[in-house]
Amino acid sequence: MNSFGSEIWLALVTCFAAVFTQNILLTTFLGMCPFTSVSREVKTAAGLGGAVVFVMTFTTALNWLAYKYVLIPLELEFFRFILFIIIIAAFVQFVEMVIDRYSPKLYQNLGIFLPLITVNCAILGASLFMVIREYHFIQTIGYGFGAGLGWLLAILAMAGIRTRLNESRVPEGLRGPGITLIIAGLMALAFIGFTGVLG
Amino acid sequence: MVDFLHFLLTVLIISSIGAALAMVLVLCEKYIVNYGPCKVTINKDKVLDIQGGSPLLTVLRDEKIFIPSACGGRGTCGVCKCTVKTGGGPVLPTETPFLTKEEQAADVRLSCQVKVRNDIDIEIPEELFNIREYVSTCIEIEELTYDMRRFRFELQDPPTINFTAGQFVQLLCPRYKGSSEEVYRAYSIASDPTQTHLIDLIIRLVPNGICTTWCFEYLKEGDSVKLNGPYGDFRLSETEAPMVFVAGGSGMAPFASILSQMRNIDSKRQVKYFFGGNTTKDLCMAEEMKAFANALEGFEFIPVVANPEEGSGWTGEIGLVTEAVQRMYPDLSKHEGYLCGSPDMIDAAIKVFTDLGMPEENVYYDKFA
Repeated sequence: MNSFGSEIWLALVTCFAAVFTQNILLTTFLGMCPFTSVSREVKTAAGLGGAVVFVMTFTTALNWLAYKYVLIPLELEFFRFILFIIIIAAFVQFVEMVIDRYSPKLYQNLGIFLPLITVNCAILGASLFMVIREYHFIQTIGYGFGAGLGWLLAILAMAGIRTRLNESRVPEGLRGPGITLIIAGLMALAFIGFTGVLG
Repeated sequence: MVDFLHFLLTVLIISSIGAALAMVLVLCEKYIVNYGPCKVTINKDKVLDIQGGSPLLTVLRDEKIFIPSACGGRGTCGVCKCTVKTGGGPVLPTETPFLTKEEQAADVRLSCQVKVRNDIDIEIPEELFNIREYVSTCIEIEELTYDMRRFRFELQDPPTINFTAGQFVQLLCPRYKGSSEEVYRAYSIASDPTQTHLIDLIIRLVPNGICTTWCFEYLKEGDSVKLNGPYGDFRLSETEAPMVFVAGGSGMAPFASILSQMRNIDSKRQVKYFFGGNTTKDLCMAEEMKAFANALEGFEFIPVVANPEEGSGWTGEIGLVTEAVQRMYPDLSKHEGYLCGSPDMIDAAIKVFTDLGMPEENVYYDKFA
């Protein structure tokens, strides 16, 4: 297998791991705020999750480029927090403006969620993990996409469970965020089971 | 020295990256978000020419039309509802949690989520045009009873207000020793609606009340006070039906204003005004009521005292206001009832009115908890 092929393979493995065994939401508990507040309806959760996949894929790639070609040569690695945040915010704003203008349909399904995730810590977290774990470029794209997909999967599952929850009798003190956090914990346990699959 | 240069360089590089990204966004804003001039038609009547691209709420705010909003346009409070007839696009998923099925069918939207991208046709309540914030000066404080005062405010900016007799304003009580935050409290306007530069409020001291304590102990003549309004649809109906007014305490305020309005239009409507107090010390504005009785041929003021003090020489009605109403009227089926006072008094009065045959839709009231 040539080196490009092995890169792709590595990216796929990283992507798979990011979805299941290292699910950014359920193993590092990043992005909890929108996860608990926007998981009441499956449709809305899917929209937000889609936006996260999109933004995470592109911002990790952009941040990788900025890190590799700007921060490392200038020995300014410690500035990555600030730079990553600026890039994420600018990118999200830019994309929102573009799809708002040119694709009203896409905007209604995805675009309106974009401002909500500018400050989502999972997005920044993915970029920082990509640096810590020293991923290559293609691997980074795989990771960003996978991490987003993992987040989408988790919020979809949660939204599905919560719609069912409407019909069940939850003790009063646990209603709302309380039961949501308990369910998130149980889901996290289940996802850790995936570790064995790759191990 | 080298360290210092490195430091400068670092700052420069990070700032220029930030600046470059900001520049891209500014250019985008100019060329992509610019939807060109759009027309906002309000209530099929008023037309605003604005630049498209901003949320409806902000567009209207820039034009000094204030749709109430509690979260400041982030789509989390669901207060800024208005009707968008055409040009609003489909209802967004960020709006659906706040809109009932009936509202969605009636084109109700959250104005902070509707972006103006093209000509748009909206409907908002007429009153909203009128609601403003007023900076005023307290020019007179008058003792009405031992625990009630009349505060007269002269409007500075804007200098005049248009309100209907019976409406209320909100008074901003600033931070002071008794309260760590600013609070708004609603008070009915007691002044004549034709005196557009003045607002009178009648305030009764509530023990430990944040705003009333401030008004009684801190507010002085000459102080600047912020008010906003007018709000509310408590007002005279446009019929000629005979009326019964019932009030207690500072519930006097809207009736003082309504009676001024009746005098202005020389109304001949029959009205009996029952004003209740616990003792004779709770009664107020007797002279002014006498003047109204002289000017209005159908008007009669009936003070009612629950527990007249011994030796006060009280010869008027004794008991609760509601009891006085029952004594005076065998049947109220042709009358309209107007109430202002404590929730308990209002609930009791509604019961008496309806028991005497008054249709519930003819009972008008403002409840101040």
